[in-house]
Amino acid sequence: MDLTLKVWRQKNREDKGGLETYKVTGISENSSFLEMLDVMNEHLIMEGTEPVAFDHDCREGICGSCSLYINGEAHGPDRKVTTCQLHMRMFEDGETIYVEPWRSASMPVVKDLIVDRSSFERIQQSGGFVSVNTSGNTQDANALPIPKMNADKAFDVAACIGCGACVATCKNSSAMLFVAAKVSQFAYLPQGQLERKQRVLNMVEQMDKEGFGNCTNTGACEVECPKSISIEYIAKMNREYLSASITSEN
Amino acid sequence: MSVLDSKIPEGSLKDKWTNHKNKIDLVNPANKRNIDIIVVGTGLAGGSAAASLAEMGYNVKTFCYQDSPRRAHSIAAQGGINAAKNYQNDGDSVYRLFYDTVKGGDYRSREANVHRLAEVSGNIIDQCVAQGVPFGRDYGGLLDNRSFGGVLVSRTFYAKGQTGQQLLLGAYSALNRQIAKGKVTMYNRHEMVELVKVDGKARGIIARNLETGELERHSAHAVVIASGGYGNVFFLSTNAMGSNATAAWKIHKKGAYFANPCYTQIHPTCIPRSGDHQSKLTLMSESLRNDGRIWVPKNLEDVLAIREGRLKPTDLQEEQRDYYLERKYPAFGNLVPRDVASRAAKERCDSGFGVNETGEAVYLDFSTAIKRYGKQEAAIARMENPNEEDILNLGEAVIEAKYGNLFQMYEKIVAENPYKTPMMIYPAVHYTMGGVWVDYNLMTSIEGCYCIGEANFSDHGANRLGASALMQGLADGYFVLPYTIGDYLSNEIRTGKISTETPEFEEAEKDVSERIEKLMNIKGTKSVDYFHKLLGKAMWEYVGMSRNEEGLKKAMSEIKQIRTNFWNDVRIPGDKNSLNSELVKAGRVADFLELGELFAKDALYRNESCGGHFREESVEEDGLQKGEAKRNDTDYAYVAAWEYTGEPSDAVMHKEELEFNDIELKQRSYK
Repeated sequence: MDLTLKVWRQKNREDKGGLETYKVTGISENSSFLEMLDVMNEHLIMEGTEPVAFDHDCREGICGSCSLYINGEAHGPDRKVTTCQLHMRMFEDGETIYVEPWRSASMPVVKDLIVDRSSFERIQQSGGFVSVNTSGNTQDANALPIPKMNADKAFDVAACIGCGACVATCKNSSAMLFVAAKVSQFAYLPQGQLERKQRVLNMVEQMDKEGFGNCTNTGACEVECPKSISIEYIAKMNREYLSASITSEN
Repeated sequence: MSVLDSKIPEGSLKDKWTNHKNKIDLVNPANKRNIDIIVVGTGLAGGSAAASLAEMGYNVKTFCYQDSPRRAHSIAAQGGINAAKNYQNDGDSVYRLFYDTVKGGDYRSREANVHRLAEVSGNIIDQCVAQGVPFGRDYGGLLDNRSFGGVLVSRTFYAKGQTGQQLLLGAYSALNRQIAKGKVTMYNRHEMVELVKVDGKARGIIARNLETGELERHSAHAVVIASGGYGNVFFLSTNAMGSNATAAWKIHKKGAYFANPCYTQIHPTCIPRSGDHQSKLTLMSESLRNDGRIWVPKNLEDVLAIREGRLKPTDLQEEQRDYYLERKYPAFGNLVPRDVASRAAKERCDSGFGVNETGEAVYLDFSTAIKRYGKQEAAIARMENPNEEDILNLGEAVIEAKYGNLFQMYEKIVAENPYKTPMMIYPAVHYTMGGVWVDYNLMTSIEGCYCIGEANFSDHGANRLGASALMQGLADGYFVLPYTIGDYLSNEIRTGKISTETPEFEEAEKDVSERIEKLMNIKGTKSVDYFHKLLGKAMWEYVGMSRNEEGLKKAMSEIKQIRTNFWNDVRIPGDKNSLNSELVKAGRVADFLELGELFAKDALYRNESCGGHFREESVEEDGLQKGEAKRNDTDYAYVAAWEYTGEPSDAVMHKEELEFNDIELKQRSYK
């Protein structure tokens, strides 16, 4: 396949940045999108140009590093995949492809296609845990049966990889799906009950502090989420938040 | 050659760890507040260690090269984690887990370490459940188990095909709690580029801020390396693109011995490569072998017809298929250990039976399991005379519940539906059992420098059993290191804050800065990947699934040549004072180019076949085991720990003789 790429280049956080045009030829349709970018970068290096910087690591859809906005869609045209799992067979020969970084004031561009997602870290640090120390003496794992349905639901939301596609795709730059995933995981499990109210209050407060927008139920996030996390969990988080706000002792 | 002191405690095997823990000097809580510990790497081992040490009261500084500790490659582990809980009432016990691990490691691991691992395995599951890790459960609400290769019990706990992710997020949450409290300072997008020693003790590191290129000095009373394995020396592996050996290699060059580098695990079930553009390989969890049957066509004509697209695998009848693992190893069948399954696949493909265009693929077929589960489900649903389609639908739903994400991943990559047609798989480099030599306390041969998780060599011998990597990472981080490190730190309470304004830090920083300068100034004609690919090719060809003397010697000289060329001709665009991915890669590949040579040298000196290391000169000549790997316990029952002396080829071997008092050494038989 031969393709024309319009790629966002930006030297550093302060630089204004802009789109540059590159051509790549002879791409196999079995190669992944990032492997196509590898080929492009190899050419750039040979020409003496600095290659395009992008985040990527596991290349099997689980680490959550890769984060490209391709032809106006987070993680590109395929569904239920991250950018690294997107394959070139999804594109036409001769196509022009636009490659941009995530766009959100709460996730500023660091360089080219790499963004700063430390806002997600701070949200997790504000309450995304059960306060239990390491100890060889916690109770036996099977002393606490958990209904399979609850365990499965907790797993479904725990599958979030923290990539930020939900924020990137949302017109409000809302991180509600990301936060809801963690809040819901612990709300479904008995281990999460003791800190349930404080957790949702703290995490939502941090989310607001970071400048993420609110949810207006357009549902774009669940469409682009590579792990298919449903917006029904945003509703669950809203319920959790409301109930915690009304009944919390603090 | 010197004898290494592994500091294994006295007493009977089952009492060693308990006795040792009771004798370790403790550090009082007020003193812990004055002690700093550096942890490099935030996977299962590093993340759990950092969190646990901070909970105990130490000041922890943690480093990772990713933008978040949650992205460490432990996250990609799929299948599960072993623990001797005996929840399935199938006769499992600490002793059996210990025995299986030593046997699976082909009797090349340290008995006392493995027994300790088995002892703490149960605690790990308790700890993770307490953190809210959503393991798979049965309808009674209790934890479910699956079985894995090389064992005859079901002791593997899992969270669908994403067990590593869920365990890592558990450790990450514990880490976050400590970051929020200010007990852990987290340095994301930072890479350790040098170890700083003062008076022979590890006292800090030089780290490079990957966004700004700035070199930073960090001091501590102890340094813990938890930077994972070195599988990327093969270029193509199931490791993450950024997985590297730099931290481990830097401490090696400063005096830490590197043990058994040739022990590499080639995983039997990965998606075959599709062409030269390939940047990495994707694993399909070994747990699939619970339900999948591995086969190739019996007749070469059928193989050709399939390759040319004239025939589909589903067209072949049972009698036209060769289920070669079931045929050769009737006792374990498709669940033989990884090394055996990998070599069997290579043997079939080398004989011309590979089923894809490259001739490097075998089938992993779920049709039998789908039918079996379908019938079961139909019976549970009390369906009378269910038709074939109903049975298939019910069966596919069961398979989807167990391995849904893996099947989806396969379909996205290969563009074939594995519910309807068998998967194609081929072995790929996956895990490195070798690593930095450590004693029973997990301390390296540098005082105050520790190494945990995949980065060390300790528990898996020459071959690791499935679902044991997660167990070892978390055992080291949660339950071993936090105790054993006290043995050293109890002598550090009078040391006080360690200054970074000393000649030692100065010199270390200067070395790093000169090295970076040197790389940037080569301004050659080839990219970093070009050299990395050459190295990978030499490794796979001569130091891959089977090795011989001639090939290994060739590998050593070729790698040396590639290294020379690299330092003369690599091209790194951009500058050193900004985010420069090529410069980062170059530093890592430069280390791989040294490690690869030591790897080949180790393989050359070990003239026996054991576990993942197969020497063509050492095979069984006759009898039931004809053609199988032949171990040599008389001459090679030792750990080869290499000391750096300037060039990898000049490394000096130190032997730790392995003693087996509680297990009788036997030839592994899975027949």
